[in-house]
Amino acid sequence: MSAALSDGRVVKRPRYRLRRNLREGGALALGLVVLIWTLTPIYNMVLVALEPHGDVFTNDIWPATPSLESFWIVVTQGYWYLEYFWHQFGNSLYIGVLTVVLTLLIGSLASFSIGRMRLRHGWLVSNAALLTYVIPASFLAIPFYRIMQKYGLSNNLWSIIAAEVTFATPYAIFIFQQYARSIPIELDEAARIDGASPLQVYIRIYLPLMAPALVAVGTYALLLAWNEYLYQFLLLHSTQSMTVPVALAQFLNSDEAPWNYMMATAIVYAVPPVAIYYAFRRRMTAGLTMGGVKG
Amino acid sequence: MYGAQVLRTAKALPDRALRRAWPRRVWHGGLHGSEFTWAVAFVIPYVAVFLAFVAYPVVYGLWLGHDPELYSELLADPIYQRTVVNTVLYLVIAVNLKMFGALLLSGFFMRRRWWVKALLLVYVLPWAVPALPSFISIHWMLNGQWGFLNNLLWDVFGVDGPGWLETSRWLALGSVIASHIWKWMPFWTVILLAGRMAVPQELYEAAEVDGATGLRGFAHVTFPLLANLYLICTLLSTIFTLGDFNTVYFVSGGGPALSTHVLATLGIRDAFDVARPELGVAAVMSALPLMIPLVILLMRKLRTTEVQL
Repeated sequence: MSAALSDGRVVKRPRYRLRRNLREGGALALGLVVLIWTLTPIYNMVLVALEPHGDVFTNDIWPATPSLESFWIVVTQGYWYLEYFWHQFGNSLYIGVLTVVLTLLIGSLASFSIGRMRLRHGWLVSNAALLTYVIPASFLAIPFYRIMQKYGLSNNLWSIIAAEVTFATPYAIFIFQQYARSIPIELDEAARIDGASPLQVYIRIYLPLMAPALVAVGTYALLLAWNEYLYQFLLLHSTQSMTVPVALAQFLNSDEAPWNYMMATAIVYAVPPVAIYYAFRRRMTAGLTMGGVKG
Repeated sequence: MYGAQVLRTAKALPDRALRRAWPRRVWHGGLHGSEFTWAVAFVIPYVAVFLAFVAYPVVYGLWLGHDPELYSELLADPIYQRTVVNTVLYLVIAVNLKMFGALLLSGFFMRRRWWVKALLLVYVLPWAVPALPSFISIHWMLNGQWGFLNNLLWDVFGVDGPGWLETSRWLALGSVIASHIWKWMPFWTVILLAGRMAVPQELYEAAEVDGATGLRGFAHVTFPLLANLYLICTLLSTIFTLGDFNTVYFVSGGGPALSTHVLATLGIRDAFDVARPELGVAAVMSALPLMIPLVILLMRKLRTTEVQL
């Protein structure tokens, strides 16, 4: 067939195909490198967690005798470091949930006031939020620690919630303001003419229409709280008020670090955010890029 | 996770042109009486959070670190000098490798093959897994005697790997940088991928007709369109990397012999292990000459230019 078209084509075609195959092969090789690079630390986590106790000090690169013992120990709190595991997990969850609720509440109220009601000098608040967004949290940790003591919140879960909300709301305000632009302002006006108070407009119109952005920012806030270590480490001392990451890091500093249990704990701790991330991934991207592309 | 979704934030900022285009008659032309009260009441929670947990700590921190003697003490300290070098290396190498890798990989993930899409799901895993478990795993993986990496090197290549974190400053710093890239490159790749996706496909097709394919297409079409986004991402990433505590703290722990600290971890060490909060604040504040221009540049960039997608 191709010979019938033209001379040039006949010569060119195999070369073109060769080039395409080479390119495809290159892409596959790159993909393989990316895959190995990404999975190695995670594989290591699983590998160590699956080894029976005491077998950490081997030179195996795959679990020779895989065992779920470590997970069982973690779940049943069967090791002295893990005595309060579920309690500490509950603390993490408590902080995470309250961070999400407060971030959404404070962020949406502020964005409603600035973006929809057009509060005079609202841009000052926007700028303050932007500034907070670009201050690294770790740089503020030392004075924050001192101030929490002054507020009498030392060793209190609320000090962590305060910190997480502080660093999550700026992001929430921007996303909400951005997303709200896709909601016609006429809706607010119509409701106002019908006699709705600003609070009613906020609850009945603003919040329901903002649902995708709320989901996205809520996921973000939860992951932020789940990832955070420094503030929890500085502000929570007692085993009762500790969260999982702080307890995990304590393991690390003990004389005989039981690596199997640590990795099993780490995996149990990592499951919720990973599950939530994959569950809401579409929503996160869809909700946010939509607001984004229009901006 | 901190500081995620930068792209969206970048575009979420009030843009002058758009602000002007907004309807002016909102709430019947300005706020009156009880409406104004409501609006103020709605914004008060955030203002309270800002004053109590941002403004006050910042002012307090500035006051803690106001003594000039602290800085001369720091400058005379060899650990601090090394830390500054580490911080600069960390910023320059980690940020650039990460962003450049993200730029290239975002192009790779544009391919419409099923396995590329599946790979993307796996590739974002480091971002979704909490920082602490991953870094502890990497810490153990790099153990010279029992770590997975050296076991693998021995089994596959018959090479006796070094103690990555225990023996040399440069190996340890390199490990920290690699861990940082591992954790954060997926995030920036996703951002840049969103940027690439928003470029209309016709543009590429038109460029291809004009002969701009491959590298030339990248240099003349893709990169000019992505340049602004790339710059903003790099600036933001620089600031976030400057404040990165977890990677250094858990991968190398500042060791061996305090040789791989960066300013963020050294500040915490001085404040809590050495019990000298003023010195810790001073160490952190010594990054301000670098940070303030970055922040000003970034805020201006974010406010005045709309990131082209």
